[in-house]
Amino acid sequence: MMNRDTYECPECSSFFAKWGHQGLAFCQLVGQAVILNARATMLIPLMFKKRMRSEVAYQLFFTGIKSLPVISVVALFIGMIFAIQTGIELQRFGQEEQVAGGVTVVMMREMGPFMTALIIAASVGASIGAQLGTMTVSEEVSALEVMSIDPVRFLVMPRLVALLVMMPLLTLYTNVLAVAGGAIIGYTQLGIELQAYVDNAVSYAEIKDLYTGLFKAVVFGFIINMVACHQGLTTTGGAVGVGKATRATVVISFLVILIIGFILTKLFYG
Amino acid sequence: MIEFKNVKKEFRGKPVLRGFNLKVEEGETISLVGTSGAGKSVTLKHMVRLLQATSGEVLIDGKDITWMGDEELAHTRRRFGYLFQSGALLQWMNVYDNVALPLREQKNMGEDEVEEKVMYVLERVNMHEALEKFPSDISGGMKKRAAVARAVVTEPDILLYDEPTSGLDPVTSRSIDELIHGLQQDLGVTSVVVTHDMISALTVSDRIAMLHQGTVLEVSPPQDFLKSENDVVRGFLDSQCISPDFFEDFPERTMT
Repeated sequence: MMNRDTYECPECSSFFAKWGHQGLAFCQLVGQAVILNARATMLIPLMFKKRMRSEVAYQLFFTGIKSLPVISVVALFIGMIFAIQTGIELQRFGQEEQVAGGVTVVMMREMGPFMTALIIAASVGASIGAQLGTMTVSEEVSALEVMSIDPVRFLVMPRLVALLVMMPLLTLYTNVLAVAGGAIIGYTQLGIELQAYVDNAVSYAEIKDLYTGLFKAVVFGFIINMVACHQGLTTTGGAVGVGKATRATVVISFLVILIIGFILTKLFYG
Repeated sequence: MIEFKNVKKEFRGKPVLRGFNLKVEEGETISLVGTSGAGKSVTLKHMVRLLQATSGEVLIDGKDITWMGDEELAHTRRRFGYLFQSGALLQWMNVYDNVALPLREQKNMGEDEVEEKVMYVLERVNMHEALEKFPSDISGGMKKRAAVARAVVTEPDILLYDEPTSGLDPVTSRSIDELIHGLQQDLGVTSVVVTHDMISALTVSDRIAMLHQGTVLEVSPPQDFLKSENDVVRGFLDSQCISPDFFEDFPERTMT
């Protein structure tokens, strides 16, 4: 069964003892979150069981299809903004057609997975944190446990599957729309023919960039689920606690995505 | 059947249960009463290990649930039905699916058999006309009845009720009391009822246990409980205007 107890810092006056206990509490939180997601990962084969299929399908729909509108707008405008900014500078050197390569490489390597992860953390992650938090404080999670229904299988695993599947697909979609946004600016503002834009984009794009970007997307999906589910399932303190858990989900996800994103970039390109 | 042996529970160093001892016999209905913070709900949660004792033993048929492995704990929990204070129905499922959930998850049953059992218990709790409704669309009393249906649908050996009448009007409260008593008569289960409501406790119980500051102050049958001379018990009864002649004044309340 899942351990949802939080570390109880004893009352102590010493400054160092307080920090020591805070450190232990932090280690326990990280350990719980990692074990929670590791357990959910091991339960993934159960997604094909009849009673789990509809829940997994709903989570795929909620994470993927429901996120398309916001991702479409953000991706298109990110591509256009990037194309305007780089296009103005490149035009001074008569190299404006290089905008296509710039947009493509930046999106595939970094901005595609990163922007997608931020949007999904703020929308889907926050939603998971709030929903599981509400379920926890209203004793619905306890009710599942008393019915011998494992909350990790019933609640965490379907969300993990949805994020692992949808994050790379949404990242690919973000990349395509951002490049298309760049093409719109290239054609309307910088006078680049569409064929020339596409040729330039393809000449810069490398298969390694695609793979590393998609790999990052999967890792970010794992992180969002880990933080959101852990925050939700350890919520205490009623409505205020749910608010705190939701906020913590977004803030912690952003920070961990940034740090892990940097480490992965260093590993692949450093 | 259920036995607490010198159980202690602390939250952040503050004791809630202080050497708690209680024995619940098979087939009896016992009510745990007391003021807020006396440890009633905490006691109930220890029976299914939603909370783990700091020390002591919580024995279910002689086996300590406190340190059971996952498999054995899951097996033991299947013997319980638990009515949570808020009902704890899953908000995204309608009443029918909420009640069917433990059957679909625990039992290897066909959907026809699930439907038959669910409809039977929903009729038993008079909720058969609300099976398509979602928890957000039904009243507090209906939520409690649906939650009772979910608790009994797997035919458990032990039923635990956490504040079954809290937040309900007196008429609905009495109908929940009758439901609890009726289920006890029909199923012959062991029941533990946590409540502030003395009328409810006197109506449904074989014995009443008064909890005070994390210990059991007094355990006795309702008739004896009413005549207790303990100051805390008397104060608790007086606060709800319950006289020692309650059963003589209201003979229709005598269910047990």
